[in-house]
Amino acid sequence: MSLSPTADAAEPSPAQNRWRTVTRRLFTKKAAQLSLAIILVGFLFALVPSLLAPHDPYAQELTLRLRPPAFMERGVPGYWLGTDQLGRDILSRIIYGARITLFVSIFAVLVSGVAGVAMGLIGGYYGGKADAVILRLIDIQLAFPLVLLVIAVVAVVGPSLTNLIIIMGLSGWPRFARVVRGSVLSVRNKEFVEAARAIGVKTPRIMLQHILPNVLSAVIVYASFDLARMILLEATLSFLGLGVQPPSPTWGGMISDGAKYMSLSWSVSLSPGIAIALLILAFNILGDELRDALDPQISDN
Amino acid sequence: MGRYIVQRLVLTIPVLIGIMLVCFFLTRLSGDPTDLMLPTNATEEARAAFRSVHGLDRPLWEQFVTFFGKGLLGDFGASLRFNQPAMSLVWERLGATSELAAATMAMALLIGVPAGVAAAYRRNTPADITIRGVTLMGQALPGFYLGIISIMVFAVWLRWLPSGGRGSWLNLILPAATLAFNLVALIARVTRSCMLDVLRQDYIRTARAKGARERTVLWIHALRNGFIPVLTVIGLQIGLLMGGVVVTETVFSWPGVGRLAIQAIYARDFPVVQAVVFTFAIIFVFVNLVVDLLYAVLDPRISYN
Repeated sequence: MSLSPTADAAEPSPAQNRWRTVTRRLFTKKAAQLSLAIILVGFLFALVPSLLAPHDPYAQELTLRLRPPAFMERGVPGYWLGTDQLGRDILSRIIYGARITLFVSIFAVLVSGVAGVAMGLIGGYYGGKADAVILRLIDIQLAFPLVLLVIAVVAVVGPSLTNLIIIMGLSGWPRFARVVRGSVLSVRNKEFVEAARAIGVKTPRIMLQHILPNVLSAVIVYASFDLARMILLEATLSFLGLGVQPPSPTWGGMISDGAKYMSLSWSVSLSPGIAIALLILAFNILGDELRDALDPQISDN
Repeated sequence: MGRYIVQRLVLTIPVLIGIMLVCFFLTRLSGDPTDLMLPTNATEEARAAFRSVHGLDRPLWEQFVTFFGKGLLGDFGASLRFNQPAMSLVWERLGATSELAAATMAMALLIGVPAGVAAAYRRNTPADITIRGVTLMGQALPGFYLGIISIMVFAVWLRWLPSGGRGSWLNLILPAATLAFNLVALIARVTRSCMLDVLRQDYIRTARAKGARERTVLWIHALRNGFIPVLTVIGLQIGLLMGGVVVTETVFSWPGVGRLAIQAIYARDFPVVQAVVFTFAIIFVFVNLVVDLLYAVLDPRISYN
């Protein structure tokens, strides 16, 4: 059962070393710890909402409509953040809402990441015509007011979960492509790439095994920022009624519901917005901290 | 200069074609455009009539060529909801949107630039730290949320400002402030970092040595160079600002192009949607051209000849 002594004594590989440096740098910074804690809570909400939510998010208690949080004057014990216009528990709906927000956002980032990385690799590595076409495509897409375009396309094809992921994902690829293309340009003429080419390694393999690992840290940093952007986009879509449809709890949808009852209760809109803001803030800070932690130029001291 | 402008305009042609392609395929994404534009219970005769009136029975490439030719002249057909050309609906509302955009830009520049200069001049002071905090907040708070919270506080609770609509300048404050919030923080941050670079330059020392007043050094000598990157950021943010306009106008019932777009989308009035997307893209391309040309005005070392 035990590991062989040689394996124990072996020096960690450079890759392991680097991984350790990065995690150490990340976990010792206050800002990074805080953002990771917020993200962890978000994931717990998304993964096991039934264990955490005090109420059924769909259960309507019509005698307890638009109640303020429990600590306020008209608040009801057990309904910590109050109830909405149908007497549903706001906290439970926020907890269940995390699932949709994170699910859609993460998959949308995956879609835009894969598409963007592929385009960036091709454009940066081959250069020439392929690069020119890809750059033009990026220009065209960045010339659009993105939110409007996403809204219009979702309105045409319908707001199903898959459609949302694909459309939001396709809206984000140009930024990934730019990041990757820039990094590829800086490594494609390095000795190790030339060496691989000289010994006859095939192009796809050079891209995936030699170039991709070198641009990966830029991609990871960017993915964190992009997640924040996707959470914002998903919230905006569901606010406009073009996200996942009611009665499924979405944070944007809750804010939009609350806005209609603003003069009767302020808490319906307020708390889901704080949830959105915290999560976006956490991913933005994580991106900043990851950039510092992954940067080999910055020494630990 | 003239040649550069022509070159830039030529480069926008593929972008224009791309924009038209997207507008064109927008209504064809779900297959038959008649499904989108006619009520679900429309008879087959009505559909056929609609197809022949709008040329939908022609081959796809022919439809696109017609669409492209007309679209370049701003003709996207009649709105399905109002018996009026789609583009004229956009034109009618462009004034309200421009008013909002101008107020937003003015607010963002008048607050953002001085804040950034002050933060650079007094580094690591509370002012500096506040700006970093506001920047992070600005990125994290969705525009629609900010709008609703400000309506809640200033219109419902304090009753200081109207909650929506267009009228006196009082109606302009909340939507413009909501839109500007993001921008202020961003402009302040960029101004700060550029000013930090500029203030270290030799020519600033020279200006001080020859006895120029500190105020002149800061606001005239330094800011002129520190402002160039801010301009770039503004150019890049126009796209984002347009997205913000769509949401903010909806929240504040501001009768502009953004709200028109959302209403058109809800009503499946696609000629109007196409006209709005096209207009926004043209404005974006144009603003970025102007930004490019302004570089040369601000920095005499840049010339396009």
